[in-house]
Order: sequence, then structure tokens, then C-alpha cells
Amino acid sequence: MDIKFAQENKTDAKEMRAAYCETLIEMAERNENVVVLDADLMSAMGMKPFQAKFPERAVDCGVQEANMIGVAAGLSAVGKIPFAHSFAPFITRRACDQIFISAAYARLNVKLIGSDPGITAALNGGTHMPFEDMGIMRLFPTMTALEPTDTAMLKDILNQIVDLYGMFYLRFVRKNVIQIYEQGSHFSIGKAVQLRDGRDVTVIASGYCVSEALRAADDLRSQGISARVLDMFTWKPIDVEAVAAAAKETGALVTAENHNVIGGLGSAVADALVETSPAPMEKVGVQDEFGEVGPVKYLAERYGLTASHIAEAVKKVLKRKTR
Amino acid sequence: MDAKIWREYKRFAKKIQIEIVKMIASLGVGHLGGSLSLADLLAVLYGGQLRHDPKNPKWAGRDWLICSKGHAGPALYAALALRGYFPMEELETLNRPRTHLPSHCDRNLTPGIDMTTGSLGQGASTAAGIALGHKMNGANNRVFLILGDGESQEGQVWEMALFAAQKRLSNLIAFTDYNHMQIDGLTAEVNDLGDISAKFREFGWFTLAVDGHDPRAIHSAIELAKAQGKAPSLIVLDTIKGEGWSASAGKVGSHSRTISADDLKDALKELEAALAAFGE
Repeated sequence: MDIKFAQENKTDAKEMRAAYCETLIEMAERNENVVVLDADLMSAMGMKPFQAKFPERAVDCGVQEANMIGVAAGLSAVGKIPFAHSFAPFITRRACDQIFISAAYARLNVKLIGSDPGITAALNGGTHMPFEDMGIMRLFPTMTALEPTDTAMLKDILNQIVDLYGMFYLRFVRKNVIQIYEQGSHFSIGKAVQLRDGRDVTVIASGYCVSEALRAADDLRSQGISARVLDMFTWKPIDVEAVAAAAKETGALVTAENHNVIGGLGSAVADALVETSPAPMEKVGVQDEFGEVGPVKYLAERYGLTASHIAEAVKKVLKRKTR
Repeated sequence: MDAKIWREYKRFAKKIQIEIVKMIASLGVGHLGGSLSLADLLAVLYGGQLRHDPKNPKWAGRDWLICSKGHAGPALYAALALRGYFPMEELETLNRPRTHLPSHCDRNLTPGIDMTTGSLGQGASTAAGIALGHKMNGANNRVFLILGDGESQEGQVWEMALFAAQKRLSNLIAFTDYNHMQIDGLTAEVNDLGDISAKFREFGWFTLAVDGHDPRAIHSAIELAKAQGKAPSLIVLDTIKGEGWSASAGKVGSHSRTISADDLKDALKELEAALAAFGE
């Protein structure tokens, strides 16, 4: 890892989808096997520049996610490296068995991109708001499940997985996010990034919740609580060493995720925790509910994903701390 | 086609059926009906229409065969063993622990199997993807796809039908093994497929319908499909589920059934008589 942190955490000027498109173009220029597939969201994903540059390698399947995954698997069988995109609920829930059998079980090489995860589906509402996509993907043998935090990380991860044979699922919002890292940073898949060190507690966050966790840590510091913050962008394989170290060194954990706490990041961390160094832990995330329509800020409050929810969970877990 | 070649195809088909029955009998149970109904098609494909090399199953210049009705694995294994992909003795390992011949086709386990199938409808899309990939590569490999009629109740088959026509995948030649039966009964009674040729034609495919137990008709249909070069092709094979053995032919219960030692004797007697009838 070679990571440079952004001086201040403000909104990234570049949209995630713009970073996605320009990286795919760069990769396609140097690797003739890179192809992209979409199910009628090529324009929504900002992939028109790719389509214009590589018309033969941009396969718009129309509104058919199941067929798209099968076609991607078939392309992989003849040596292509397919990146298949749809909204996160449709690529994971709707084409679940196609991902499992045609791609993963067949040991093929398909990169799955799910956009607008969790509350970032916002005005598309509950039908389009997946709080279970990472949970589903985590259950598939050989699947690596990632939530890139910002454009710097997304570009680096894409450049890595294009050369890694096998199944990957990436979830990220199409639009702007808070910038955490400087461009040119290099990340290790499966290794958490420590954003703040601390003694009293560790907050393990991902995606939307990373910048909230940083704000929570700043607030807590002013109240005399020292919180370590980890960006756990890889949900599978989870960074067991970082979880164990956090438990040993800070004695209490809080996870924060834009996902159902059942089957998601909190579950993955808890699995690692009980098998290494058990410690009290609280899970911030969606408490086994369906999504609903609204702006992101409203939904973050509604589902309890804000800095203040994280800070409350920290105070709660500190009361359970025995050492 | 001269009569000699036709008899060769028929003899190969009967040999495939004999091996299917023996292999399933060795374990006592298996997917018999939908394997037997494919024998004539496989005889034509592995008897000449498919470009392949048993000594080099991954040969880059080969035609690909995707059996989307993955439960017909035993039929493919019989054809592959008869063509020398692996020793005949391996056929009796069907579905036994650590076998290379699982119930449903697996590209990672069996030499000559090009795609993992078994969840119905999915081989349709992977075959389309493989055909598209060959086109992108400027390669002239053909992709042969075998669909079941019951399988064609899956929506994914029709998603693929739209897609393959849109992408003009003329290197894709599909077959429907229209044996008129599925696990729960006659397809006409469970969820009728009707005129499959007409439906695919309407989707933009080049279609033909032939007697699926007449190798001449199958061979000629493939020749026409190869020649047209504009659209994906579908050849609907009118077949009999469980064909070749009177106890299974046309019986709904033949989909997955037991074969006792006595059954095996009975089936072999019929199949070997049929084989002999097609001459040396």
C-alpha cells in the first residue's frame, strides 16, 4: 500500500462514474480483451465515451440482466475480461443464479459493478435500494466483494482487478463522494486502511460511512474519546489481522455500513472478531429494513448512518468495555 | 447423403444410447430420457459436423458445444468417450465421488465439455457470449447450443433469443430437443411451448424443424444453417423422450429413472438389435 490522504475531506470534483469510464478506457487501450456490458444503463453510468471509442467492445444488452451475466460469462470463456454493470440490486438480486452458476461456479472471470448501493439509490426508492447486495455476493465461493471509497481508490482497484483472474463485485455510487485519498494512492485488496489512530475504540467503516466515521472521530476527540478509524473497503476477504489488532489494542469496536447489518460488514467483522480476539462491538447500519424513497441526507438520518449515530454507538460500546 | 454415411450416423447414435444406458445402469439411476433423445443429434455433431480434436479438447480452432439442458451430460459423455476424449471405462464413474463425469455438464471437470450448465436457460446466454466473443476476435469458430423444450419455459432463453438476433450471431446454431415432455408431464399440458420455430423466426432467427431421429435431416439442416450466414439459427428437433428402448420411449417417467440389472439386459437387447439392423 502507498496511500496519500487528502488534506481535507470535501466533495470530490469528479463523479465516481467519470472515474470509472476513464479508467475503463485506459485499460481497454492497453488490453484488447477488456469489454463492458450493461443492461440499458450505459448512459446512466456515464459510459457513452467508452461506447464511442470502442463500439465493438461496449455490449448494451438492453433490459436483461440475467442474459447479460450469461453473455459476460461466455465472453470470459473465450478470453475476454468483461465488466458488467447495472444498479446494485439488479445485478446481484436479479441475476443471482446466473452469477453463481454461469460465472462463479464455472470458474470464469467476470467483474460485476453494482451502482448506487444502499441509501445512495435515493430518489429511485425502495425497489432500487439494496441493503443486501454485499451479503449475497459474500456468500459465493471465490467472490471478492469491495466497496471503493472514492475516485482515487476506484481507479486503483479497477487497475488491479483487470489483471486478477476471477470473480469480483464492486459497489459504488455513480455521483460525487467525499474525497478521502489523493490520486495515485495504491491500495491492497483485503487490507484495511487506517485513517485515524486511537486508543479507546475502533470504528470500522466502508463506503458512505467512511466520511461519517471520520467526523464522528473528530467529535469524539473533543469529548476526550480517542477513536481509531479503519476504512474496510474489502468486505471479503475481510482483514482479519486488522480486526484482531483493533480488538487487542483498543478493546472495543463499532462497524458502520450502508447495508443491512445482517450479512454485511458488521457480520464479516464479527466473524473475524469471535475467531481471534473477542471484544464488545456495536453495529451501525440498516437494522433489517427495506429501503424507501428520499434524498440521501434524509435516508442517512432515517436509517441511522450518520456521524452522530456512529458516535452514539461508540459511547454505548465503551460502557460494555471491560478492559 | 449416401446411405452408407446415414447408416454410420445411426450406428454411432445407437452406440451412444448403449453407453448411456450402461452408464446409468452402473449406478442404478440417472437422467435417461433427455439423454437418449439427443443421441441422433450428437451422432451428427461428433460424427462430422463439429470441428474438434479429441486429443486437444481446448484446440483454439474448435467449434464449441454447449448443452444447456445440462442434465443430458450422460449423452455427451458417451459421445466423447466413443470419440476418444477419455477411456470408455470412465463412463462407469458417472456421479460417483471424485468423478470427472458429474450429473450436469462441468467445463472444469470433463475434457470436451465447453460450458458448465445445469441451471436451465443459462447455457443459452453463455453460448451467445461465446459466439459474440468469437465474432469480436474475428474467429470463425461456430457455437452449437442444445436447448430442451421444457427448458425453453425459462425467460432467459427468450432474452437470449432477442439478443442473439440483435447481434446477428450467425455463428450460433441452436437446437431444441423437442421431446414434448418435462418432469411433471407433457409440455403441452404443463406450459405449452407451441410452435417454437415460429416464435424464434419472429425473433429474427433462421429456423428449421426436422425429425430429430433422422440424421440425414439433421445433417442437412446444419448445412443450411451454416450457409445462410446472416442470423442465428435454430433447428427444432422433433424427438421422442427416452427413444431407443421401448420401456422408456415416450414415457414421462423416463426423465430420471432407475435401471435395474434386468432392465439393462432388456434395453441392451433392443439397442444391440437396432445397431445390428444398421449393418456393419
